[in-house]
Amino acid sequence: MSGASPTLTALSRWIHALLLRCGLRGRTAVIGVPYLWLVLFFLAPFVIVLKISFSETQIAMPPYQPLVQWVGERLADIRLHINPGNYFYLWEDSLYLRAFLNSLKVATISTFFALLIAYPLAYAIARAKPAARTILLMMVVLPFWTSLLLRVYAWIGILKNNGLINNLLIWLGVIDQPIVMLQTNFAVYLGIVYSYLPFMIMPLYANLEKMDLTLLEAAADLGCRPFRAFVHITVPLSRPGIRAGCMLVFIPAVGEYVIPALLGPPDSLMIGKVLWTEFFNNRDWPVASAVAIALLLILVAPIVYLQRAQARDATGAS
Amino acid sequence: MAPSATESAGKREPWNTPQEQPYVRIEGVTKRFNDFVAVNDVSLDIYRGELFCLLGGSGCGKTTLLRMLAGFEEPSAGKIYIDGLDMNGIPPYERPVNMMFQSYALFPHMTVEQNVAFGLKMEHRSASEISDRVAAMLKLVKLGEFIKRKPHQLSGGQRQRVALARALIKQPKLLLLDEPLGALDKKLREHTQFELVNIQEQLGVTFVVVTHDQEEAMTLSTRIGVMDHGRIVQVGTPKDIYEFPNNKLVAEFIGSVNLFSGRLIEDEPDHVRISCDELDTPIFVDHGISSAPQAQLWVAVRPEKIQLSVDAPQGTQNWTRGVVQDVAYMGDTSVFLIRLASGRIVRVTRPNTLRHDDAQLTWDQTVYLQWHASSPVVVGS
Repeated sequence: MSGASPTLTALSRWIHALLLRCGLRGRTAVIGVPYLWLVLFFLAPFVIVLKISFSETQIAMPPYQPLVQWVGERLADIRLHINPGNYFYLWEDSLYLRAFLNSLKVATISTFFALLIAYPLAYAIARAKPAARTILLMMVVLPFWTSLLLRVYAWIGILKNNGLINNLLIWLGVIDQPIVMLQTNFAVYLGIVYSYLPFMIMPLYANLEKMDLTLLEAAADLGCRPFRAFVHITVPLSRPGIRAGCMLVFIPAVGEYVIPALLGPPDSLMIGKVLWTEFFNNRDWPVASAVAIALLLILVAPIVYLQRAQARDATGAS
Repeated sequence: MAPSATESAGKREPWNTPQEQPYVRIEGVTKRFNDFVAVNDVSLDIYRGELFCLLGGSGCGKTTLLRMLAGFEEPSAGKIYIDGLDMNGIPPYERPVNMMFQSYALFPHMTVEQNVAFGLKMEHRSASEISDRVAAMLKLVKLGEFIKRKPHQLSGGQRQRVALARALIKQPKLLLLDEPLGALDKKLREHTQFELVNIQEQLGVTFVVVTHDQEEAMTLSTRIGVMDHGRIVQVGTPKDIYEFPNNKLVAEFIGSVNLFSGRLIEDEPDHVRISCDELDTPIFVDHGISSAPQAQLWVAVRPEKIQLSVDAPQGTQNWTRGVVQDVAYMGDTSVFLIRLASGRIVRVTRPNTLRHDDAQLTWDQTVYLQWHASSPVVVGS
């Protein structure tokens, strides 16, 4: 400010004071950026979907009635078309409930197996030599360089009746009829576990890697065998990582569409698939929106739980 | 005030009693990490009820030696016996040894009570026995009221006591302490030193303490083993180590010292005389040494064993002349840096027994330094 004229300095001070009076500081501006992002790209679409979910279907462009309609000349001449029927419909037709429950089941089982596979992997990477860690982590992330769709298609090639596995087994003489794997629930679980495994490994690795290994020495010193030390020390201390990993797998897995559509049985009842059908096949946007909102509400519970647990961990950490 | 352990153990000197069996026997132990030799052919006997300090600078191998006693590292060569049992291949969880870690290594997800109870839980003790013993132990370390706290809710000193309680709960034969007071501030450290000695006396456990703090080693221990570059340089009581360092390094490491390089000019069984280029008169030592005549050797004189005077002393030995270059007032003592004619700076400390005594000696004043014939120690290099 040294070169600026006194009037300019005074002016900038005045503007600064004015902004302060409005509650705007540099700090607010910095925090404001992510808030703006969330409002634009999360809250606004959410409100639109919410709005559609309360409207009524009609054959038009767009295929739903507006919520508020002006019928007269004056501002007060409005007609409200609030239709909660879409939500009742979700409850009445057991298809939706079954789809929700089935999605939750598939997501839960997939999360469990992802954890079972990811934990030893993350543990091994975290305990590997620092030079090897980078390479191993790279190998975990590497599949992300190709699109998910391609990788799922590759699984079709592996699993189908004349695919890699069956051909190999037949060639080896282990079986003479191909095992049906594609378009089974097994393939759905396999696909989900495979696709979301890195999301489980990463938070687990981050957690296990920063664990203080002298704690294990202290446990051993107090008469604790390695396996018990793992159960009593390592696992409880990695709980934040387990939680974060499970959420990162569970939440997208509930709404997963592509994997069950490509690998699962044609009649597989997953909420993501139902959503797709409502939206594109039935062109029933309001019901599709209601499904989306219901899905969101179901997922709010685990997210809130996660946030609370993380807050607890944060206060308990140091 | 010296802690009582030093006093009582001073009467009982198992290391001077031939029929006494050492409790911990370290025999020619070497530890190599790839090309680096962390511990180099160390042999050491530690006796029951001792509070033995391994003292040395960082990287001298003291912690590695401690970790070998705990079982976290296996010696590359040599053997370790604890209570007559060969510890080779015995994992940490089967050793009759407990350790207090430098970082304390308290389990962050457990309460104070659970931390202390952990060792007993691993032994599958009954719930009532565990809670009784934990309560008694927490009382001993004065933590009774913090039983339900988690480690992060405690102060440094409290954590230190939890770590101590956890390490003592299994009544180990041998307790290993890695820099037990390192993380505490000075005041708390002094207080805890005495507490540690009291607890050690009450329970009669053998302590092996690793420290880089020579003051801590002096106050705590019955004996000190000074380590350097993976070797034990000298083993002895704090007094032995301070008054009779056998080595230039030990002399320099323990307290401060003035080292003079000299030549032996008279070598009798009951005294020696050493000529020293930096001093005005030769050094006369009132005890004999074992060294070849004319050999180049080092004489150590402690700063507090040198007297300063304004008048020239009588006699033809054990004094020299210098100029006061610097005076540092430390409260209880004053440190004088005296420049000799040879340019050599000699450190002298004087207790401030009188409030206005220092006025006599001041900067640039010519003074005479003298010492008693029993004060100089001839050390190897």
